[in-house]
Amino acid sequence: MSKRDLRFTESHEWLKVEGTEALIGLTDYAQGELGDIVFVELPSAGTHVSAGDVLTTVESVKSVSEVYAPVAGDVVEANAALEDSPDLINSDPYGEGWMVRVKLEDVSSVDQLMTADDYEERTKG
Amino acid sequence: MSETTRKQEAVVEPTIFELSSPGRRGYRFPPLDVPEIDPVEVFGESQVRSVEPAFPELTEPEVVRHFTRLAEMNHHVDRGFYPLGSCTMKYNPKVNEDVAGLPGFTRLHPEVDEVHSQGALALMHGLARHLAAISGMDEVSLQPPAGASGELAGMLIVRAYHTDRGNPRSKVIVPDSAHGTNPASLTLAGYEAQEIKSDSSGRVDVDELRRLVDSETAAIMITNPNTLGVFESRISEIVEIVHGVGGLVYMDGANLNALMGIVRPGDIGFDLMHFNLHKTFSSPHGGGGPGSGPIGVTSELADYLPYPVISRDEAKSRGIEYYFDYERPRSIGKVHGVYGNFLVMVKAYSYILTLGPVGLRRVAENALLNANYLQRKLEAYYELPYKGYCQHEFVLSASRQKEHGVRALDVAKRLLDFGVHSPTIYFPLIVGEALMIEPTETESKRSLDHFVSVMIEIARESESDPDVVRGAPSRTPVGRLDEVRASKDLDVSWRQD
Repeated sequence: MSKRDLRFTESHEWLKVEGTEALIGLTDYAQGELGDIVFVELPSAGTHVSAGDVLTTVESVKSVSEVYAPVAGDVVEANAALEDSPDLINSDPYGEGWMVRVKLEDVSSVDQLMTADDYEERTKG
Repeated sequence: MSETTRKQEAVVEPTIFELSSPGRRGYRFPPLDVPEIDPVEVFGESQVRSVEPAFPELTEPEVVRHFTRLAEMNHHVDRGFYPLGSCTMKYNPKVNEDVAGLPGFTRLHPEVDEVHSQGALALMHGLARHLAAISGMDEVSLQPPAGASGELAGMLIVRAYHTDRGNPRSKVIVPDSAHGTNPASLTLAGYEAQEIKSDSSGRVDVDELRRLVDSETAAIMITNPNTLGVFESRISEIVEIVHGVGGLVYMDGANLNALMGIVRPGDIGFDLMHFNLHKTFSSPHGGGGPGSGPIGVTSELADYLPYPVISRDEAKSRGIEYYFDYERPRSIGKVHGVYGNFLVMVKAYSYILTLGPVGLRRVAENALLNANYLQRKLEAYYELPYKGYCQHEFVLSASRQKEHGVRALDVAKRLLDFGVHSPTIYFPLIVGEALMIEPTETESKRSLDHFVSVMIEIARESESDPDVVRGAPSRTPVGRLDEVRASKDLDVSWRQD
């Protein structure tokens, strides 16, 4: 997928809108900073999150970090493949390494998130 | 086959089970000269094995050589510099081991009654008094068996104290540089963690603290000096602000090494704290223990200490001088099955008595001097995010090396090639590519200079030959380990086929 279709947060999540739902994952920059990821705690379907709530926890060889919900919504499904292969976040952060699919509370809330260019600027240097 | 692979294969040591051959013995027992007893008759069938355990069978020299080879492959504090410091493992004087090895201590059963354990109780009582004197706390319980256990006991005391005043309160404040155990401990005690940011000097933002505190603030947990190795110079203000709303001030004593004999937390106004005997007071640990995390409190909180407390009755009205005092109705209860890790206490007691008040102060002074020496020597080569004099440790960042694709982890691994253990890396979390260096008091100028030269060499390599650093270690018995597998598929048990 092209990074152009994605929106980004200050806390290094990405979000891709698909109709009234969205996929959420960790950015390439974030996985690089975290190092090898060894465990992902995934939320169960039906969990409601507000923007800024803790969505999941990821554990790398360096540290444990929280992943925040970029916008409000209900968790539709989590990427079960990450249970056995959390390293998918390292190898394919924008593809196979997606973390959660949410039903968006308000599709237009996504507009407030950063574009790929904004995010690139923010993580430069 | 690369040179590294060949080298690894040459030194791979089989497990002791693989070295076993049936019938080999270290010792042979003389023929039985008492009537043989059938264990099934005595213990019952359910308690007796039907299959003999698969113990390895080897001669004594085979066993000795196996473990000696393993020890030689390992890096340890008796072999080389260990800049993890009192945070993890400072050098532990051998005299403490001698004392803790005395049969009167090692052969004492934990359930022996008070009458027959007066010596041990006297030692524990004395140690608690010494810790009280060093910290300025009024009473000390030696029961918590680890630092985090001490923290939890402390938070339960905070809860008991506030509950007695009508409201347990709901929040405990922790700085963003805190040890991860702090938020874990307060959460276990039923509190909500409130994080407070550090200011640009690496200290607690006092104005932010003023805004955060209210009538729901149960306590603040603070490490001083903090994990950046920076002394919280506005600590008196912090204490005043938290006391102002009726909260308690807890000190995480992990970094007491920098204060011993110079500053007493009790004099600053701390209400309670824990000590890490296995860090500050010299007792080897690692791989999970054994530790000892005594907790000290002011007299106002003494009733809440874990029971039993070791009390002294000089008049010996019950025939004994030292006894376990269970008459503590407001106590938070027991925090350990027996009474903490006793032999760690013996080592700490020995350490304190060997050094005395002047010696303990010199420990802290030398720890500070050594850390500042290293910081000054290295700041030209590695980024120093928080400037100024440090306490017993300081935090560098490998951010300059990162520009060449070399990270803190790579620097840490390369150090092993020069016979130096890695410092703490990636902590505290507020410093990217953090290298937390704590030389401690025991290192000579020669060993510090060796470390400086190695760190400078690695900084040079990071620019000129980054692949060497990224591929490190290459001179150790085994190369870089697969940390993901070590974390996910850890399998360290041997099973019989």
